[in-house]
Amino acid sequence: MTAPIIQIRDVSKTYDVGLPALAGLSLEVRAGEALAVLGPSGSGKSTLLNLVAGLDRPSEGGVTVDGVRLDGMTEAGLARYRRERVGMVFQFFNLLDDLTVEDNVLLPAQLAGLPRTQAWERARELLERLGIDRHARAHPGRLSGGERQRVAVARALMNRPPLLLADEPTGALDSASAADVRDLLAGLSRDGQSIVLVTHDTALARSCATRTIELVDGVIARDSEVPGAVPAGATGTVTGIGEARAAVR
Amino acid sequence: MSALGTVVRAGVSRRRVQTLVMTLTTMMAVTASVLAAGLLVVSQGPFDHAFAAQRGAQLTVRFDPGRVGAAQVAATARVPGVTSAAGPYPVLSLAPRIGANRTGMPVGAPVPPLTVVGRSGTGGPVDDLRLTQGRWATGSGEIVLGLGDNDPVGVGDRITLPDLPGRPTLTVVGLAASVGRSADAWVSPAEAAALTAPGSTAGYQMLYRFSSAGTDAQVAADRDAIAAAVPAGAIGEAASYLPVRQAAARNSATYVPFVVAFGVLGLVMSVLIIGIVVSGAVGAATRRIGILKSLGFAPAQIVRGYVGQALIPATAGSVLGVAFGNLLAIPVLHQEGGALGIGAPGIPLWVDLAVPAAVLATAAATALVPALRAGRLSTTEALAVGRTPRAGRGRAVRRLLGRAPLPRPLSLGLAHPFARPGRSATMVAAVLLGTVGATFGVGLALSLGDVENGIGRDNAGAVTVPDFSFSDNPGAVMRTADPNAVAAVIGAQHGTRSWFGTTMTQVGVAGLAGATQVFSFQGDSSWAGYQMVSGHWIDGPGQVVAPAGLLSATGTRVGDTVTLTDNRHRVPVRIVGEVLSLHQSLYTEQATLAGLDAFVLPGSTQYSVDLTPGTDGVAYLASLNRALSPLGITALPTQQRISPTIIAMDGLAAMLTAMLVAVAGLGVLNTVLLDTRERVHDFGVLKALGMAPRQTVAMVVTSVSGIGLLAGAVGVPIGIAVHHSVLPVMGRAAGTGIPAVDLSVYRLPLLVPLLLGGLVIATAGALLPAGWAARARTATALRTE
Repeated sequence: MTAPIIQIRDVSKTYDVGLPALAGLSLEVRAGEALAVLGPSGSGKSTLLNLVAGLDRPSEGGVTVDGVRLDGMTEAGLARYRRERVGMVFQFFNLLDDLTVEDNVLLPAQLAGLPRTQAWERARELLERLGIDRHARAHPGRLSGGERQRVAVARALMNRPPLLLADEPTGALDSASAADVRDLLAGLSRDGQSIVLVTHDTALARSCATRTIELVDGVIARDSEVPGAVPAGATGTVTGIGEARAAVR
Repeated sequence: MSALGTVVRAGVSRRRVQTLVMTLTTMMAVTASVLAAGLLVVSQGPFDHAFAAQRGAQLTVRFDPGRVGAAQVAATARVPGVTSAAGPYPVLSLAPRIGANRTGMPVGAPVPPLTVVGRSGTGGPVDDLRLTQGRWATGSGEIVLGLGDNDPVGVGDRITLPDLPGRPTLTVVGLAASVGRSADAWVSPAEAAALTAPGSTAGYQMLYRFSSAGTDAQVAADRDAIAAAVPAGAIGEAASYLPVRQAAARNSATYVPFVVAFGVLGLVMSVLIIGIVVSGAVGAATRRIGILKSLGFAPAQIVRGYVGQALIPATAGSVLGVAFGNLLAIPVLHQEGGALGIGAPGIPLWVDLAVPAAVLATAAATALVPALRAGRLSTTEALAVGRTPRAGRGRAVRRLLGRAPLPRPLSLGLAHPFARPGRSATMVAAVLLGTVGATFGVGLALSLGDVENGIGRDNAGAVTVPDFSFSDNPGAVMRTADPNAVAAVIGAQHGTRSWFGTTMTQVGVAGLAGATQVFSFQGDSSWAGYQMVSGHWIDGPGQVVAPAGLLSATGTRVGDTVTLTDNRHRVPVRIVGEVLSLHQSLYTEQATLAGLDAFVLPGSTQYSVDLTPGTDGVAYLASLNRALSPLGITALPTQQRISPTIIAMDGLAAMLTAMLVAVAGLGVLNTVLLDTRERVHDFGVLKALGMAPRQTVAMVVTSVSGIGLLAGAVGVPIGIAVHHSVLPVMGRAAGTGIPAVDLSVYRLPLLVPLLLGGLVIATAGALLPAGWAARARTATALRTE
């Protein structure tokens, strides 16, 4: 068994009004595992993702990711954590429209202060790997939804994060583009990338998750392995993971 | 509340910070405008204002009691054209000397002759006196003095009248101001009778106001009408109010040029800020407008709603601005009013109404343009705004800067102004106006300081030796020392580096009526440091320097020759320079006047002594006084005079500069805040990618730094040009030229901070929204559309 990359202990999150979004939730995700978080609207899926991403703080309990305890960190510490340890993919891409595809992808490395040459090489490698290198100089507004999401994935992987977080990555896409992104994430999962995926898309969960949990009213109602998925850290997948890491990292 | 009212209220309260900024900005703009416009109006007509309020005498006539009786004088009040009159009052000419006093004046010193009028009180149909201190003279031995610039005695002090039998003494019980300067002092009618010399009769003073007295010719006609009503030769003196009015106008006119400059800057800034604020507020709410239209709001309602949203904070700001403008005007106008003894005039009511009305009209007009555009938008277009990616300008610059060897937050910030060039231009204009104001204000203060220093050169050196002394005994005669003996003592004193003597004399100048005051110098006066507007300081006999006013009055220029005369002798002298001075005087060496029998003003000679560096001033003074003791005179440390007018100008300039800079900063604050709110989603994305708070602040601040530097680079030369244009106009209004050295105040150590001033204004304005952007919760920002 690999070490847990995410450890969530008795986390509650209450906003200014209303019921708690998360209520005493505990969860552990192992490195290389691809976790799909399912559930109806308002069940706490995005809140959970925001806590893991360090975008929000729990009202109670503790969140530890890749050995880093998040709940007591300063804003500057959380920013550094996001630069170094997580990559994020959003439903509506969240690309900066004024920057080219290439500049969008470069941003995390530039914010982290990566040497220029190294950053450029990494960006070119990712654009090529994800099949969007021909759009490097284009602005995101000119790309299709699927292409934009590929750019977002490339940007998320730029700093080689141990953990990839995806919030409804196919939610704003047509079916063809959704299938395209589904394949991309499934490939990453097969390659051993740790992923937490919030989605309503059961096909996406089936194709790329190794485990699913279902949230209802801020608590885990169901936690199950995906049948047929390769367990993270299983020796039988080492070759595949190794090849994938070589390509992506 | 109607649906429209609900929407307006919600729109105002939803954007609390922006509403607050708009209120503050409008308040600042109205404050500056009310102050500027009010001062402009008040400074143009303080005399007229006071003259009307106090029913000043347009003609003050002194009748000869030997030729006309009191009843006939009183009957002149009914002469056609006279609208009101006061008198006859008994009037005397007295030559007092200073008596016991608490102000440190030497007892026995002569006081200029006083025209003293017997009046029973301050009021009356004409010339309503303003008692500024103490009380009215009602009893024997009491006198009220007229308010002057350099009153030698104050309330409680005494003056003596050595020319009258019994050498009577009068106690000053009050100070009063007559707006038309109808007299120098007042006593009770009974006291006037008591002070009338035996065998003589006091004159009669009548004060008149006429239906027409706006010009010299009209006043002359009025005087003739009065003269026609009394026997020939009955009028001894008849003084028009017009010369007093002209002198007052010259004083206040000095304020006008720079107040106008600040006023124009303030008004342009007001319009600009209101434009930025309202356009931004309406533009930022376009999608909301779409939602409202989808709910059934008519285009006209949308327009009214958004104009209303702009007018609510603008109205609140205007009300506060009027209040602050009036409050801030009090100390400035107090000085202006003090000069006329009229108390502090207030900002005229019409200014308090017109300025906010103009500002609100500007706000409404500015809001109307984008509001009309929003009203005409189709619902789907309006709803699409905010969701659709902006076209985004300046992509080439962004790409270029993205490849520059700069941290990414800085290159993103530097490129940002190119994405919204229109908004950036307005921000440049706001900071530029602030920089112009700061450059002009700082230069004005420095120049006024230099001018003050230059004008104060008649107090040169560390030690002053008056060439006269007084006994402590009331009525004692002033004693003067032998000038040569004084000069010898000063010259022999250890520690004396240089000295010169100054004596005030009066001579005639060909082409000028009456006597002209001449400062004549004994010894080397070159170190006195009188500032020259043109030409050079006197360096030999036969040379004079003169101020602009005298050159103008004589129609001469530097290099011309004028003739000095004492009615018997004539001495031609060459004008070698124009000196910075507000005196209508000539400056020359004593040797120049040797051929004239010039009248030397008693007690006017004094010696200015410069000490060798390192000399202990106190010890020098003690030693010099021991040496001067046999001559009966005393050396004093030189007192530097500070002009209250220049203090007031400095204060006003500082206040207006601070306001302009603050408004410029608020303009930046508002624009950056607006921009930050619009880009909050982008900030969320950047923060989600790992942009640290410090990097966010750096990016936002950098986005205005280029604007600040550009505005500084352009604003400083403009500010210098305004300074160089306004100062000479102020000088001309004051009756003098301004020496080039007083204009050349912008030296490198000053220019560097001024050039960086735009950056400081822009950075200060951007810091608050930058902090807000850095603190904004990432998850919330990402949810923002």
